This record gives sequence, structure tokens and C-alpha cells, in this order.
Amino acid sequence: MARQAASKKPKAAAGSGPASDAPDGAELLAYYKSMLLIRRFEERAGQLYGMGLIGGFCHLYIGQEAIAVGMEAAKRQGDQVITGYREHGHMLAAGIDARAVMAELTGRAAGVSQGKGGSMHMFSVESAFYGGHGIVGAQVSLGTGLALANRYRGDGKVAFAYFGDGAANQGQVYESFNMAELWGLPIVYVIENNQYAMGTSLVRSSSETHLSRRGASFNIPGEQVDGMDVLAVRQAGLAAAEHARSGKGPFILEMKTYRYRGHSMSDPGKYRTREEIDEVRKTRDPIEHLQEKLESLGLADEAALRAIDADVKSIVSDAAEFARTAPEPDAAELYTDVYSEAAA
Amino acid sequence: MSTDVLMPALSPTMEEGTLAKWHIKVGDAVRSGDVIAEIETDKATMEVEAVDEGVVEVLLVAEGTEEVKVNTPIARLSGGSDTAPAASPPSAVSAPAPRAVKPAPEVAAAPVAAVALEADVPAGPVKKLSLRDALRDAMAEEMRRDGDVFLMGEEVAQYQGAYKVSRGLLEEFGDRRVIDTPITEHGFAGLGVGAAMAGLKPIIEFMTFNFAMQAIDHIINSAAKTLYMSGGQIRCQVVFRGPNGAAARVGAQHSQDYAAWYGAVPGLKVVAPYDAADAKGLLKSAIRDPNPVVFLEHEMMYGHEFDVPDTEDWLVPIGKAKVRRVGKDVTIVAYSRMVGFALEAAAALAKDGIEAEVVDLRTIRPMDAETVAASVMKTNRLVTVEEGWGPMGVGAEVAARVVEMAFDYLDAPPARVCQEDVPLPYAANLETLSLPSVEKIIQAAKAVCYR
Ligand SMILES: Cc1ncc(C[n+]2csc(CCOP(=O)(O)OP(=O)(O)O)c2C)c(N)n1
Ligand SMILES: [Mg+2]
Repeated sequence: MARQAASKKPKAAAGSGPASDAPDGAELLAYYKSMLLIRRFEERAGQLYGMGLIGGFCHLYIGQEAIAVGMEAAKRQGDQVITGYREHGHMLAAGIDARAVMAELTGRAAGVSQGKGGSMHMFSVESAFYGGHGIVGAQVSLGTGLALANRYRGDGKVAFAYFGDGAANQGQVYESFNMAELWGLPIVYVIENNQYAMGTSLVRSSSETHLSRRGASFNIPGEQVDGMDVLAVRQAGLAAAEHARSGKGPFILEMKTYRYRGHSMSDPGKYRTREEIDEVRKTRDPIEHLQEKLESLGLADEAALRAIDADVKSIVSDAAEFARTAPEPDAAELYTDVYSEAAA
Repeated sequence: MSTDVLMPALSPTMEEGTLAKWHIKVGDAVRSGDVIAEIETDKATMEVEAVDEGVVEVLLVAEGTEEVKVNTPIARLSGGSDTAPAASPPSAVSAPAPRAVKPAPEVAAAPVAAVALEADVPAGPVKKLSLRDALRDAMAEEMRRDGDVFLMGEEVAQYQGAYKVSRGLLEEFGDRRVIDTPITEHGFAGLGVGAAMAGLKPIIEFMTFNFAMQAIDHIINSAAKTLYMSGGQIRCQVVFRGPNGAAARVGAQHSQDYAAWYGAVPGLKVVAPYDAADAKGLLKSAIRDPNPVVFLEHEMMYGHEFDVPDTEDWLVPIGKAKVRRVGKDVTIVAYSRMVGFALEAAAALAKDGIEAEVVDLRTIRPMDAETVAASVMKTNRLVTVEEGWGPMGVGAEVAARVVEMAFDYLDAPPARVCQEDVPLPYAANLETLSLPSVEKIIQAAKAVCYR
């Protein structure tokens, strides 16, 4: 069951190997566009949720865009990604069609999981994206298993397992860390430390709040990274991937970041102040940060940025319209995919 | 060009809410991310952020208005920079209308033709309580009564409970007895069982029972078996509680009914109440019970109000089913939220001349098979209803008991209404097809009556 490598990766992601140390102007613009796409997509998803078109739990990635986009630049073709329920951004960063992601959110047959998974359970094996998991911490063991398969086959691939500061307290994370280091598995653990697990802040849940040190007793190196700076993320991602790919075993990246919205759409958010959120938005926003850089480097003027903006808006509007009007799955689909029909 | 701002749905189950406060007024310029209003749901007050940008043209719903339906235009913005189609309600031709979540049926307490039917609550003063508050009151009363009782789980203290069941408990009992844990179900369930071994009486809340699968080893291997393995030396007086079953559109990993799972384990007691009076009385009994009790609640029922006896010593015994409607033609056995479905089906069946008797199991283990069998001896027909899967399920167990105890009385093979034998799908149409419904119960009842 050989997995085909992704065919439609965004331009920014190097197809043949890690991008060189300094990204060129075109790459910077591609990161900008990719982050903006995630932000606008998520804003629209929030709106569709409010209209009742998206149901259940819906966890937005707004504020954390630089992580999925920066890490994408550190991936090579075929490298796997696995994460939790806050996965829309990782999928868009991996170049997965916005229509298929949005249509999954509205539960339509054209969704990436054919409408059967929903917001928390999206998968695209074509793009080496292994989900989309609803049980906090599960993706860490599963991701380590992907890395085990990579080493087993000796195919040079690296697995990237993303999880939150809250998930970092689950026991299976440490069971996985131990095996990953013991067996030298090619995996990068990306801890998206947005400082809250639902309503619980990091300091209220963690005796060691430097999550990059969480591998210390297993001899796994770790690094703290400014997760609001796409270039810092990319840089750290390249080094960590190189470590894993070269046979040195796992690497932990702790991305310091922040989520702007509630934990899910139904979080009243009383555990932090509006000022705290506004402060991050004003001073650390990953998109504005890169925009300033693009302008100061003379890589994009206002007109160019406006053109990107318009392009992103039209992708999102098209995806939303598609997701609103696409048909629901056929009733017979209820009973398919319970068991595989593949030849034994 | 102007854009309508619509009343947003703020949770999987919200259909309407109160527009508590406007943060904007006519003429204000609104930018994406600005807080424009506060909306109150039955759970919480939430801030609503603007998505579209523009100048406030008009506020269409006044501050303080209650029961504003989701998707009602509440304000209009003019001069937005883009062409967000958000305003138009989703009515595009080929698109199915967004499905409002069907609320659990409000079933009137008094059934028709009540003969020798226990009243839902005994005579005496009652007060209307939501299930959420009834559960909270049960915990608070038991914590006042016994200093060894404490509550531990994710978001139970400062956040006031993920579903607001523990609202106010931190304020009353402090953080020694209302303890927020990290997300470590296996760990804190083990700590809870260990504390119980040392003689405390923990209430362990799982944010939902789906996450208790992380901890099921401690529930079964540590809590259920230790009394036996220690030759009676060590008991575990612990309650594991939280919402169980399917919420709405939350997908396969968040929508499972564990009644049959825990019901299979000797050493555990398993409770699954339907109304608020039973929820309160059974939870108090569970906390006092010297054994580990798995207490299965239902998220879709938390907001529903029922009469509850207004007294501090309202206890409902574990292990006793309750006949909620008397009938002579068919016995419908259900538990938890499905009791409401069964009562609604019974009301509809009555119009077709079929009088159904509805038995609410209330306790899954030990199961009150006598009450069920006695009913079947009268009606000669059995329909079971559960939200979980049928194979090896609660209905299968009920049917087996009935066959053992009342085989000669059966005039038709028992019928099971349950979730289709698939993981719960997300798509609205498939989810509806997958879950039990009032209609499916009516059909099953008619089938066993050969009608
Ligand atoms: C095993 C388990 N326990 C609890 C939950 C409920 N839950 C979902 S997300 C979440 C918080 C996770 O926080 P974090 O890991 O920091 O990720 P973030 O949401 O911040 O991205 C909780 C408690 C769950 N889904 N699975
Ligand atoms: Mg977090």
C-alpha cells in the first residue's frame, strides 16, 4: 500500500529538498498568502457555524497560522502530518483544496472525508495528512507510529506530529517519546503552545511550563520557537527535520503562540481578558508581522498586497459557496467504509 | 451595499438565545474581530465578534430580547469592503436547509390512563430544575453532608464545568474539594481510585465519557475489581460521571453510549437517569454507595427542566426501574434521553389505538429485570430503545432477561431500536439516519404488535 506523495503542494514548499536557508521573495509572498488564506477561511468557517451550516465543535486556527505555514516549508514530499481537531490550517497549508475542507465542515459528499468525519476528523492520504483526531494526545502516539513505518521502510520520510500545550500532559505522549528516542524514529513533535487548553492556562496545568524541555528525561532535544514568526518557525523546522531525517531521532519544537478565538465556537472565554487578546493581536500578529517585512524589503507594495487579499477572498468565497450548495452524502453511504473491501 | 449580521449559533445545541447587550451603536465603524454583542445561551454569556466590516446602519433586535432564533438578522452594516454573502440565509437551491438540532421532546409528566403509576415525584413541595442544576445540587448537598466527598476533573472548578454542571461549587467549597486537573484522564482517574482506596469519596468528572476510554483501565481493573481481589478489604467509593451518548454533529469519536460497556462489568454499578428528579436522587445515592458507580448523563438533556422534590434528602434507589407510562399492548424499555423519545412514541401510538407501557430502566447494572418482565407478562410484547449500538447492547441484555423470565408470555420476537451499526457520521442527513428516533420506535412497536 505505497502512499503516493502529494501532487499539489503550494509553491512555497520545496519539492526536492529543504528550502535554502534564506527564503526568496516569492517564497515569502507565498507564506503570506498561505497564512492569509487560513485566517480568512477560518473567519468564514466561524460565520458558517453561526448560520448553522457547520455543526458540532469547530476549533479555529486564527492566530496560529505561522506554525502550519512555516513548518510546511520544512517538509519534503511524502513527509506526513498528523494533528488534533484544530486542523483546518494544517490542511490548507499543505495545499489541500479549500473547497474540500469547507465542504467537510458543512458535511457534504465532496468533503475531504466525504462528509463523514466533520471539522475534527479530516484526512487526506493523497497529501500525507493523517488527521484530524478528536481525542487529546492520540495523534502523538499515532504520529510516532507513522515515524516507525518510515524507519521500517527506510524511505527517508519524516513525520510531523502537532499537539497542544494541554495535550502535552497526556501519558501517552511520554510513552511515545520514550520509544521514539529509544528507536531513533524520524519524527518532529511540534507543540503548539497557545497557552490555554480550553479554559486552563499552562501554569495551572503544568509543573514544567517550558514544554521544549519535556523530552529531557528521554534525551530528546527541544527548542522554544517564536510561533508568531513564520520565518523563525521555518528555520527551526528545517533544522529539526534535518535532525530527524539524518537518523538522530526525534526533535521537539515548542511553538509559542496564541489563539485569538475561543477554544471552540461554544467557549464563552471568561478565563482571559479581552485586553490580553487585543495585546497579542496588536503586537504579535503573524500576518501583520510578515506584511511589514514584505513592505520594508520592498517585496510587495500596497497594490500587490491588495491583489493577494482579493485572490484569497475569492478562494474563500468560492469554497464557502461550494460548501453551502454541494449535496449531502447519499443515504447509502451510511453503511460504507465500516470495513475495508481491499483484497486480503 | 449592506450586510446583515445574523444571530449566531454558539454551540452544537443552540437554537435561540438572549441578546443580552450591544457593544455597538448606530454609526459605529466595526472591524473584523471587534466585539459587537453579548449573547446568553442556557449555558453561558458569550461575546460575539464581527466578521464583516462596515458601519452600523441599524440594530434590528433590542438589547434584552429573549428567545432570538439563530439566523435572525440582528443588525445591519453598510459599506463593507467585500462581498461576503453571509447575510443571505442559506437557501440555495440544491443545498439542504441547515437542520436545527431536534430538542429532546418535552414530555408531560402525566401519562394517559395512569393506573397504579408512581407519580414522577412524590407529593410535597417541588421546584423546577434543569438536569444541570439538579446534578449540581446533588453534589453540593453531598459535599456539605460529608467532608470526604470531593470533585475532580477537567475544567470543573474555575471554568465552572465544561457543560456548567459544577457551576458555583468552587466558590462554595474551595479548591481543596473542587479540583481542576490537567488533561490526563488515565492519571486522574487512577488518582481518584487511589484516594477512594484510602477512604475518600471522590466524584470524578469526565468532560464526556468518550474521554473516559483513556481511563477505562482504572475504572475496570482498579475500581471494579479491588474489593474482590482484596478479599473484601479495600473498597472504592467513587463516582465516575459525565455526559454520555451522542450530542449533535460532533462526529464518531465524541458520540458514544457506554451503558453496555460498563454494564458488562461485575463490581460496577451503572446509572443512566432521564429526568431531573431521578438525576438528583440517583446521583446522591451513587455518591453514598460504597461501590464504584458509573453515572451516565446526557448533554442534550442538561438544559431540560423537570419538577424535583424540594428537600435535601431526596434519594432514588439504585437498581430500581420506573414505569413512566402504563399501557397494555406493548412494553417499551428505555433509559436516559431515549425515555423521552419512548414517551413521545407512546403518545403517538395511543392515537393509533396502541397503548404502550414505558419502562425507564434508570439503572443499567444491577438491572431491574423483574419490573421489565412483569410488564411484558402483561403486554406480551417488547421493544427496547438505546442510543448505542445493538449488538451486545443493553437491549440485547433486556431481551435475554425477558426471554429467561417470561418466555411463555411473548407474543412476538422482541425488537431493538438502536444506533445503526456504524460509527456516528458527521453529515446531518447521515447522522439523523443513524440515530434512534421517535418514528423508529413507533415502527418497531407497530411491528411487534403486527400492525
Ligand atoms: C482525551 C480527551 N480529553 C478531553 C478532551 C476535551 N478537549 C478537547 S480539546 C481540549 C483542550 C486541549 O488543549 P490543547 O492541547 O492546549 O490544544 P488547543 O485546543 O489549545 O489547540 C480538551 C480538554 C478531548 N477531546 N480528549
Ligand atoms: Mg492549547
